[in-house]
Amino acid sequence: MSSSKRSTIIVEQLRKQQMLEALTRGKRLDGREYESYRNLEIEVGIIDKASGSAKVILGNTEVIAGVKVETGEPFEGLENKGALIMSAEVLPTASPHVEPGPPDEDAIELSRVVDRGVRESEMLDLDKLVLVPGKIVYTVFVDCSIINSDGNLLDATSYAVVAALSTSKFPIFEMQDDKVVDTGKTMPPPITTIPISITAVKIGESVLLDPTTEEEACMDARITMTTQSDGSIVAVQKGFTGPFTFDQIISFSEIARIKGEEIRSKIKELN
Amino acid sequence: MYSLKELTLLDENGKRSDGRGIDDLRPIKITVGVVKNADGSAFIEFGKNKIIVAVYGPREVHPKHMALPDRCVLRCRYHMSPFSTDTRKNPAPSRREVEISKVMRESLEPSLILSDYPRAVIDVFVEVLQADGGSRCAGINAASVALADAGINMRDLVSACAAGRIADNIVLDVNDLEDKEGDADMPVAYLPNLEQITLLQVDGKLTTAQFSECLNKAIDGCKLVYEIQKDALMKKYFGNELEVKEEV
Repeated sequence: MSSSKRSTIIVEQLRKQQMLEALTRGKRLDGREYESYRNLEIEVGIIDKASGSAKVILGNTEVIAGVKVETGEPFEGLENKGALIMSAEVLPTASPHVEPGPPDEDAIELSRVVDRGVRESEMLDLDKLVLVPGKIVYTVFVDCSIINSDGNLLDATSYAVVAALSTSKFPIFEMQDDKVVDTGKTMPPPITTIPISITAVKIGESVLLDPTTEEEACMDARITMTTQSDGSIVAVQKGFTGPFTFDQIISFSEIARIKGEEIRSKIKELN
Repeated sequence: MYSLKELTLLDENGKRSDGRGIDDLRPIKITVGVVKNADGSAFIEFGKNKIIVAVYGPREVHPKHMALPDRCVLRCRYHMSPFSTDTRKNPAPSRREVEISKVMRESLEPSLILSDYPRAVIDVFVEVLQADGGSRCAGINAASVALADAGINMRDLVSACAAGRIADNIVLDVNDLEDKEGDADMPVAYLPNLEQITLLQVDGKLTTAQFSECLNKAIDGCKLVYEIQKDALMKKYFGNELEVKEEV
C-alpha cells in the first residue's frame, strides 16, 4: 500500500537480513507462525450518523468503514439493481509516508480489490434495492478511512467493510407522489453471504499471512484471495513483481478457505 | 430536516434541545496517543463529534522550497470522512474544509515555538469521523493536545469552544442543530495561560452587548476545556491524574 512502497519505506538493510535469517529458521520477526494473523479486533456501530460502521484493528493497522444509504439513478446497464459505491482513503494520519491528495495507485488498487470481493460475491442482493425499476434505486456508499497503517490494509479494510455492511440498518425509502420519502424506518440489509479476504506475501520461498509493513517492504510478491460463505473463491488479486508457482497458489487457496472461515465466524458473531 | 413546530432550541425552563442548560458544555473525552505511527496524536469526543488528530514532525519539508530558514512551517489539514455527516460528504476537499484548515493552523501557530525547528515542517492532520457542530473547535482542542504529545515546544495549550445566540439568550457550546437553526455562532480559540485569543469567527447577528457576553462565555468554555486537555495529557504521561493532583 502507499505506506509500504519500496521506494518510500526504508527497512534498514540489517533489519531485512535479520528477517530473512529468521525466516530460514521458520520464524517471523514478531514471533508469529507463518499462518497466524495478528490480534484482530472488530467494533461496530461507532458512527451514529452512518447506517452502519465498523472499526477494525489488525495488529497496529486500524481502519474505519462507514455505510451511507441514499437514493439515485441506477447505473447504465444495471437498471434494475441498486447501486453500490465503495471508496478507500489512506489518510495522512496513517503513516509518515502518506501525503494528502488524490489517491495513488496503491490506494486505488486497495479500494478496487475490496470492492471486487463484495460485488462478485453478491454479498448485497442489489435486486432488492430498487424503488422504481430503471429510474430510482438505493445507492449504498461504503467509505473506508485508513487511520493507521502497519501492513495488510487489504484484509483490514475488507473486514471493516463486511462488518459495517452486515451490521447496518438501511433506511426504508418510499415513493409518494413521484417523490422519494424517507419513512424514518429501517430494515436489515439484504445480505446473502459474507466474503472474507486473506492476504499473504512471499519472501524468498516463505509464504506469510497477514504481513506487517516491514514484511511488505521485503516482499517479492503478494496474493489476496476472497472466499464467500460456501467456501468458493470470488476474487483474487496478485500484487507486486515476483511470481508464485502453481502449487503455491493451490496450497494458498486452501489456506484462504480455512482461515477465511475462522474470520467469518468472528464477523458473524457481531450480529 | 426539522419542521419548525418540533423545533424548540430553548424551552421555558432554560433547557436546550439536547437537555443542557445554557452554560453547559457537551460531554468531552480526550484520549492521547491513539495513532501508533504518528509522532503525536489525540482522539476527541466532543458531544457527538468524533475526531482523530495525528501530528507528524518536525520533519524535512517536501517540497523543499517551502522551507523557511529561521523557523518551522506548520501545515494543517482538516478533513471530513464521507460518513461523518447526515448526507454523505464527497471525500474531495471542499472550500469549507480549506478555510477551516487555514483558521485552525492560524489558531495553533501562536502556541508553538516554531523558531526552535528551522527548515522543518510540522504536519497536523485532523480527520472528522463524525461531525456534530463545533467540529473546528473540537479539532483544535485535539490538535493542540496531539502537538503536546509530539513533544513540540509550546508556550501554552490552545483551548477552543463556541458560544452562540438563541433568541435573546447567549448559550455555551453550540451543537449541530443550534448551529443550523440558532441566531449566531461564535467559535473561539484561546491560550488559557497567556490569555490570548487565537481564533474568532462570528456567524450571525449580535449586538455589542451580546458580542461581549458571547465572547466572555466562549472564553469561560475554553477554560473548562483546558482542564480536560490537561487531564488527558496527565493521564498518558503520569498515569492516574488524580494521584498527580494530590501530590501537587
